[in-house]
Amino acid sequence: MRDLIVQWLTEITAPYWKSSLSIDQFVTALQETFHMVFFAMLFGCIWGFIQAIILLVTRPHGILPNRVIYHGLNPIVNALRSLPFIILLIAFIPLTKLLVGTSIGTWAAIVPLTIYIGPYMGRLIETSLLEVNEGIIESAQAMGASPLQIIFKFILPEARSSLILNLTTATISLIGATAMAGAVGAGGIGDLAISYGYQRFDTSVVILTVIVLLLLVQFVQTFGEWLSRLR
Amino acid sequence: MIEFKNISKHYQLKGQTIRALDQINLQIPDGSIFGIIGYSGAGKSTLIRLINLLERPNDGQVIINQKDFTALDARSLRQERANIGMIFQHFNLLQSKTVAANIEMPMKLLGWSKAEREKRLAELLEFIDLKHKKDAYPDELSGGQKQRVGIARALANHPKILLCDEATSALDPQTTKSVLDLLKKINKEQGITIVMVTHEMDVIETVCDYVAVMEQGQVIETSSTLEIFSQPKHPTTKNFIQTVLQQQLPVNILQNLENQNHNSIYSLQFLGTSAQETVVQAAIKQFDISLNILFANMTEINGSVIGQMFVQLLGDPAVIEQTIAFFQQNGVKVERSGVSA
Repeated sequence: MRDLIVQWLTEITAPYWKSSLSIDQFVTALQETFHMVFFAMLFGCIWGFIQAIILLVTRPHGILPNRVIYHGLNPIVNALRSLPFIILLIAFIPLTKLLVGTSIGTWAAIVPLTIYIGPYMGRLIETSLLEVNEGIIESAQAMGASPLQIIFKFILPEARSSLILNLTTATISLIGATAMAGAVGAGGIGDLAISYGYQRFDTSVVILTVIVLLLLVQFVQTFGEWLSRLR
Repeated sequence: MIEFKNISKHYQLKGQTIRALDQINLQIPDGSIFGIIGYSGAGKSTLIRLINLLERPNDGQVIINQKDFTALDARSLRQERANIGMIFQHFNLLQSKTVAANIEMPMKLLGWSKAEREKRLAELLEFIDLKHKKDAYPDELSGGQKQRVGIARALANHPKILLCDEATSALDPQTTKSVLDLLKKINKEQGITIVMVTHEMDVIETVCDYVAVMEQGQVIETSSTLEIFSQPKHPTTKNFIQTVLQQQLPVNILQNLENQNHNSIYSLQFLGTSAQETVVQAAIKQFDISLNILFANMTEINGSVIGQMFVQLLGDPAVIEQTIAFFQQNGVKVERSGVSA
C-alpha cells in the first residue's frame, strides 16, 4: 500500500520535483511526524487529564480541597512548563534512556515530547474544566452526586466543546515541537527542512515542508472546530 | 419538619469576621410552602443551602424529620440529598444534554434501569407540559421552559422537600406566575414541602403559607403570610409589604386634596372577609360626618382578603372619635395616616 502510494506520487511529481530528496524519504518523514504527534498526544492526554483533574478537585474551594497536593503539584507543573522544548529534549536524555533504552530515534523523541505537551495540556484542560459554571457543580451536589460522578457526568460533558478546542491548540503546538525532534535523530518533516533545505541549500524542500505543515495545521484546526460543534 | 437549631455561620474576610448567619432558630412544617425573604446579603441563600448542607454551619444543627443532617457522613448525606430536590435562579441545566437527559440525570445517578427512567421521564414531561421539547437542548428553551425542566429534574426521585433558590427571579412576571402555579400544584397534589428564597414580596403573597424575614444573618420576623401582611412588626418587613400593599398615601393624591387638613386622614385596614364597603356605608349613615375615600387597595392571601383604605374624615371631632370607635368595633384597624414624605 505504502509502496504503491509512493510510486504514484513519485510518478506524478516527477516533472516538477527536482531535488536530492526523494518522495519516498518525504513520505517516511511525514510518517515519523504522525507517529510522534500521535503517541505524544496520547500520552500527553493521559498526563493532562490526570493533572487537570487533580488540580481541579484539590484547589481551594474545589470539590475535595487539599492544600498539600495542590500546592505540591502546582509548582512542578510550572517548572516543567518553563523549559523550552529544545532544552527539555536534552535535559531528559537520561530518563529517555531509562524508558526507551536509547536516546536516539522517533520513540526517544516521544518521551520529551510527552513531558513537553503533558503539563501544557493539563493547564489547557484545567482551564476548560474551570469554565464549567459553578451552578452546574452545585446542582450535581444537590442531587447527591459523588465526586467521581460530578467529574465524569457533569464537568467533563459540559466542558467537551471547550476541551476539544484546547486539545486542537495543543496538537498544533505539538506538531511545531516535532520539528525540533530532528536534534535527537527522530526524523519528521521539520528535520527535512533543516537537513536538506537549510544545510544543503535546497529551497524546494523548505517550500514543500512549509506547504505540507500549513495544510496539516489547517486541517487539524478545522477538524477540531467541527468536532467541538457536534453534540 | 425541617428544623434549624441555633445555626450560626461565619467566615473570615480580610481579618474581619463576617456573620453570614447568626443564631437562627426556625421550624418549617411538613407540607407547607415556606418563604424566606430578605434583601441581597441577608443570608437567605446560605440558609436554604443548609437544608441539603451545600453550606455547612459553624454551629448548630439542621434536623430534618428527626434526623440530624449535620452529623451525617459524606455517603449518607449524598443519599439524603437525593431525596431533596432543588431548583435555581439560573436553572443550572447541563447545556450539553437534552431536556430528557437532564431530567433523567438524578435517576441515572441512583442507578435506575432504563425502563424505570423512561416511565418516570414520560410522567414528568407530561406534568410540566413539555413533551414536545423532549429532545431539545436547554439553549433552545425560554426561561420559563428551562425552569420547568429544572423542576422536573428536581422532582425525578420523588423528593419530600423542594428547595427553590430565587427560582423566579430571572423570569418575567407572566412566566413567574406560571412557574409559581406549577409549584403550588406540586405542593397541593404531592404534599411536597417547598422552601423558597426570594426578594420579591409578591412571590410570597402568591404562594407561601409561612414566611421568615431575614436581615443581616438573622430571622427578624416569622409567621403565617396573612399575619405578616396584616400585622408587620419590623420596619424591614413593612418595607417589603409596601412593595405589594400600599401602606402610605401616594403623594400626588395628597397634593390634589381640596381640604389640606392632613390630620383628618386615616388609614383603615380590613382583615379577613369583613366586607369593607358595608362598614363604611354604615358609618356614613350613622354619623354626621363627611367621609371622603382617597385611595383603596385589596389583596388576597391564602383565601383571605386584606384591604387598605385611606379616608378623610371631616366634621365634629367628637363624632369623628365615635366613628373611629365604630370602625374598631367592626374589626377595622384604624390609624391616623402617616403623611408620606
